[in-house]
Amino acid sequence: MNYEITHLDVLESEAIYVMREVVAEFERPVLLCSGGKDSLVLLHIAKKAFSPCTLPFPIMHIDTGLNFPEVIDSRNQLEEIFNCRLIVASVQESIDKGRVKEEEGPTPSRNKLQTVTLLDAIKENRFDAVFGGARRDEEKSRAKERFFSFRDEFGQWNPKAQRPELWNLYNGRHRQGEHFRIFPISNWTELDVWRYVEKENIALPSIYYAHQRKVFERDGMLLAAEHVQSSPEEEIFSTMVRYRTLGDANITGAVLSAAANIGEIINEIVSTRLTERGATRADDRVSDAAMEDRKVEGYF
Amino acid sequence: MELLRFATAGSVDDGKSTLIGRLLFDSKSVFEDQILAVEKTSEQMGADYTNLALLTDGLRAEREQGITIDVAYRYFATPKRKFIVADTPGHTQYTRNMVTGASTADLALILVDVRKGITEQTKRHAFISTLLGIPHLVLCINKMDLVGYEKEAFDRVRSDFADFAAKLQIHDLAIIPISALHGDNVVDRSLNMNWYGGASLLHHLEEVHIGSDRNLIDPRFPIQYVLRPQRDDYHDYRGYAGTVASGSFRVGDEVLILPSGFSSTIIEINGPQGPLQEAYPPLSVAMRFSEEYDVSRGDMICRSGNQPKVAQGIDAMICWFTPDSFLEPKRKLVLKHSTNSMRCLVDELVYRLDINTLHREEPVGRLTMNEIGRARLRTMKPLIFDAYKDNRSTGAFILMDEDTNDTVGAGMILGPTD
Repeated sequence: MNYEITHLDVLESEAIYVMREVVAEFERPVLLCSGGKDSLVLLHIAKKAFSPCTLPFPIMHIDTGLNFPEVIDSRNQLEEIFNCRLIVASVQESIDKGRVKEEEGPTPSRNKLQTVTLLDAIKENRFDAVFGGARRDEEKSRAKERFFSFRDEFGQWNPKAQRPELWNLYNGRHRQGEHFRIFPISNWTELDVWRYVEKENIALPSIYYAHQRKVFERDGMLLAAEHVQSSPEEEIFSTMVRYRTLGDANITGAVLSAAANIGEIINEIVSTRLTERGATRADDRVSDAAMEDRKVEGYF
Repeated sequence: MELLRFATAGSVDDGKSTLIGRLLFDSKSVFEDQILAVEKTSEQMGADYTNLALLTDGLRAEREQGITIDVAYRYFATPKRKFIVADTPGHTQYTRNMVTGASTADLALILVDVRKGITEQTKRHAFISTLLGIPHLVLCINKMDLVGYEKEAFDRVRSDFADFAAKLQIHDLAIIPISALHGDNVVDRSLNMNWYGGASLLHHLEEVHIGSDRNLIDPRFPIQYVLRPQRDDYHDYRGYAGTVASGSFRVGDEVLILPSGFSSTIIEINGPQGPLQEAYPPLSVAMRFSEEYDVSRGDMICRSGNQPKVAQGIDAMICWFTPDSFLEPKRKLVLKHSTNSMRCLVDELVYRLDINTLHREEPVGRLTMNEIGRARLRTMKPLIFDAYKDNRSTGAFILMDEDTNDTVGAGMILGPTD
């Protein structure tokens, strides 16, 4: 018998352990799903963790109204594939109810607004554990994130007063109204996610793969002409691109790519010199601490 | 590809951030936009060089104060291995942070400035590494460029460390002369130190044998969750889910269920990839048994010929984490061990350990933040455990405050009190 175990198997078992621990110790968990690769990997692992049972928690999507249509298509199939309840919390509804105000300007971002929608939905549904697909390699404030990340009654994260996390002994104790964000794939990198998608043959939204698209360049990012209004001096051209991350269509940039399948994507990531967020996300470019600031308020 | 988790200890002055920055950079794990961001911030802070510490210091307060507050996790990979680095700060809260980072590490990497030699901090780090049972230790003697790459300087520090290390239980030790700044012996063998016949640091990290670190002897399977599908086609199905803590389990094995003491036979093991004939650590699986007694979360599956201890009194080394309270006799706490949580009472504080000198101070009234001591605890129900030195999974616990819910301490079990 050969007891060798690959890093992907270790990471997968670690994530399964974390998910089971949460379901055993919390009353009302929910899994946040953006429709992107990380949350789809999370769902895939959840299915394994509780097989042959159905998922012991619902999944929730925060719909900004600005998602890529391909992502919404993929989201709409989840209920059937995973035989679970899908909750859609809508930013548009938060705006209509007067909970948040749309930003000014020609292409307003709803990135910050969704924090309110998310926290409202957590409160309304009395969720005490919220699974997310965030990874520590994504961004430097996430590098200090715990597997079990405590949020106070306002949904806020206090990075300076985090509970120490030792071995695999997680402390999920909380009072009513407080909750935890749970990150089972904390230790995965972008490359690990893709290798796992390949190994497990996980279906992802088509725009992760290279396709022909009309784009224009702004601040060094390629934005989709279909989703973002270009100014007269921004020249629109058609080229082969793919998306490395899937945020809102109006703030997510595409990368030039001919990678049409997983193998080619892995080759591309191995040789790239830019992080996935640096290459594609306007929301993280505001400042060095943009992500930390949003996380403190209760963002994903 | 294998996974190696290592913890680094040391302060910025020892060149730790430079070393990690170099490992990340040379393995192409740092990207251009990260370097650009760090350059921009260095410039704003008025530094005339790119401060690689900013790659790991991610929080606003850390950048503003130029300190590392918390354990940061970093990732890099070579074609041979994937590495998870727990980067622990050397200054503030060092014990708490180092214990945290060390708890999951296969290897500890300790940095020493060759000009300063072995300091109190070095000793502390080495001691904590052994206390937490890290199987491999690497001592990097850094800044060799500043002593003209001389063998004598290296030998002096090495022999000082050997004197101290004799008091510790170190199973595997490598001592490597490096210059993190110039890259000597970091990724490639240095041409400046031909007198050194060993491997470069990265080569050592890639090759160090970790296959034997897991405990494959003592079968321990803590029940984490019971899978009961509410479906007709799985009417009588009970799957006992958990992660194998140690040893191995095969279909057909007769096993013992604790604390009930009933025996049963494994009839099925389901792993993440489907049915398995054998499960071993750290696989997360679900098992089915021939006879189904009342088995639930917190129970432990083992073999009748190889059983853990069951007791309500334990003797343990405890590290205290919080400034808000103390560990003292009569204190009530919540203890989490494996998949079990229970209340416990501090019976006695036996001694406090001066981690600089390893002297035992007794009598002692209480432990304060960042102190380590030996204590006896009484639990409200039987604990099913092994000594930490034999089994890191079933010998570890954390302590939580009943009122604040904070994690206030960590413990390593020495044995039962009676």
